[in-house]
Amino acid sequence: MRSFFYALTVAVVIAMAFWAYNENYKTQEAQARAEALQQEISDARERLRMLRAEWAYLNRPDRLRDLAEINFDTLGLLELRPHQFGRVREVAMPVEDILIIEDPIDVIEYLSEGGHFP
Amino acid sequence: MIRTPLRPLARILRARDMGENPDKIERENIRARHAEMRDKTRKRAEGRLVVLGLFFVFAFATIGARMGTLANSEPVEPRAGVAGVQILAQRADIVDRRGRLLATNFQTHSLYAQPQQIIEPEATADALVKIFPDLDRSRLLKDFTGKRKFLWVKKKISPEQKQAVHDIGEPGLLFGPRDMRLYPNGAIAAHILGGASFGEEGVNSAEIIGVAGVEKEFDARLRDPARGHEPLMLSIDLSVQAAVERVLHGGMTVMNARGAAAVLMDVETGELIAMASLPDFDPNDRPLPPARGLPSDSPIFNRAVQGLYELGSTFKIFTVAQAMDLGLINPSTIIDTKGPLRWGKFRIRDFRNYGPELSVSEVIVKSSNIGTARIAQMIGVRRQQEFLGKLGFLKPTTLEVIEAPNAVPLQPKKWSELSLMTISYGHGLSSSPLHLAAGYATLANGGYKVTPTVLRQPRNQRGEQVMSQEAAARSLRMLREVVTEGTASLAEVPGYAVGGKTGTADKPKTRGGGYYEDKVIATFASVFPAHDPKYVLVVTLDEPSENSGEEPRRTAGWTAVPVAAEIIRRVAPLMGLRPEIEPVVPTGITTVSQRAE
Repeated sequence: MRSFFYALTVAVVIAMAFWAYNENYKTQEAQARAEALQQEISDARERLRMLRAEWAYLNRPDRLRDLAEINFDTLGLLELRPHQFGRVREVAMPVEDILIIEDPIDVIEYLSEGGHFP
Repeated sequence: MIRTPLRPLARILRARDMGENPDKIERENIRARHAEMRDKTRKRAEGRLVVLGLFFVFAFATIGARMGTLANSEPVEPRAGVAGVQILAQRADIVDRRGRLLATNFQTHSLYAQPQQIIEPEATADALVKIFPDLDRSRLLKDFTGKRKFLWVKKKISPEQKQAVHDIGEPGLLFGPRDMRLYPNGAIAAHILGGASFGEEGVNSAEIIGVAGVEKEFDARLRDPARGHEPLMLSIDLSVQAAVERVLHGGMTVMNARGAAAVLMDVETGELIAMASLPDFDPNDRPLPPARGLPSDSPIFNRAVQGLYELGSTFKIFTVAQAMDLGLINPSTIIDTKGPLRWGKFRIRDFRNYGPELSVSEVIVKSSNIGTARIAQMIGVRRQQEFLGKLGFLKPTTLEVIEAPNAVPLQPKKWSELSLMTISYGHGLSSSPLHLAAGYATLANGGYKVTPTVLRQPRNQRGEQVMSQEAAARSLRMLREVVTEGTASLAEVPGYAVGGKTGTADKPKTRGGGYYEDKVIATFASVFPAHDPKYVLVVTLDEPSENSGEEPRRTAGWTAVPVAAEIIRRVAPLMGLRPEIEPVVPTGITTVSQRAE
């Protein structure tokens, strides 16, 4: 009975050790992966920064103004001026088709002949 | 301490006489002594408990506080990258009020050489000079063949240049990663941003430090790794700033001015929407301070903040506003303007004779020095000094650029009666255009002091009330009249009801001793729209001269005013201001508040 317990204990120790090593390696792997991801993130950030810088550089006001001047023939862009502001109520309503009068009644004549409004 | 004996003889004998057991006395005494000992021990134990308790309280408090700070601080670990990998951009970006980039970081490479590893010094020097024409061949050759172990060839190179150098195939030429500060918009907002350069330099990295402007003022904040991803948001609007600089540059050229400055400020928040100073520079390649000549002629000089000028007649409105605030005058009070006004040896004259008397409104509209000086005499030295101090004219501004604290306004050492009169129309006190803008913002927002700032403000600031709303509103009405019927008629921009005051001040000679005859500082300080003020614009031209007529015209009305009007025409729509028809002031109706005086 005692030897069985010894054997069991040894087996348990081996199993525990195996498990611990396993966990350890898993942790290290996860750490390495985290590091790689971190690196990837920072690379992506760096790239993003670069792209943002490039975007800002390409959209710098001087360049846009020059482009607008060069392409004036096709685009016709001018600086924003006060008179370009409009109001919604200044926009004309769509013109509806005028109703065709089919059976006109001459009210004046009717009244002058002594008629009364109903 | 006297110890009581356990068996005091007197009591024992008496007890024996009485036939009592003397041991009882002894026991009683022992008991008493034990009780005493117990009390003492308890007291000591209690003391120890208190000490221990206090110790624990402090220990837990310390731990708790530490945990609190940890919990409240940035939870992510600021990673500077894994060892051996190139360092990451760490200096925070600077953006404008709508989040557009004003300054960012950029990865480039530096080129250095280790001469002892160079195989063909001559061929290498030739090839390098071909790639970088600004390098000196003989100097390079000397360095490559000399005793040096290390030398920087170029601090910043582009990827194309890097490839070209790489193609030389010389093992002694090496590259290091290098962060670089980039200002994508070039010279726009150059004076606000300042510039950056390298501090500590190593092969693998270099520290970027701000050298001027916002970059230097917020250097610690921008370098803080924990806030590296969080851009610093300025109150500047990039498109407005670009438009202001463009128009101002055009105006400076047309008016043949040496320099120009413009300040555009929100009257409620004190935010600078745009601030320009010309000539300017490219912060990507900031020029060095000049070794010779006046610092104010250098492009790095910020005229709007550092330039201290006598701002001339633009000051008159403050004198009048104060006198109205004190109840000394109202807009229709008649002021004696018979000239010249003598004070000792000194005479105060007007630009031309405006007749023997003018109303206060007319004094402002016609810009009468004599009239303003008379009003100043009513106010007195002490009150004037106090008022200008409250408006911030006697101290440097607290704008968040590194140059601001050094721009200390020049004021008379002794504030005499004569100073009182000259300062009332803007002579004898030098301040920056920024000071003036802040002063006008106070008039425009109903009399509250304004602190100029370049940072985006979350809410309106309501500073100390410097003058009554009524005085401020009346001053504004006068400023509007200056444009509709006075010296600034060219400032009329349909739809924006500009109000403002011109100022033309003779330039003092640099070596002292009086003023130049033909050199002026022309300033126009304006508020728009006058009936509902939103923005203040100050335009200053240095030595302008408008030569289209028969003789050169230098007054602000002909120089600074048209430039300011064009700026407003361009910029107001950009800021989303809709042109409005000015509400008509009802004539023939007396309001109750006017009657009350």
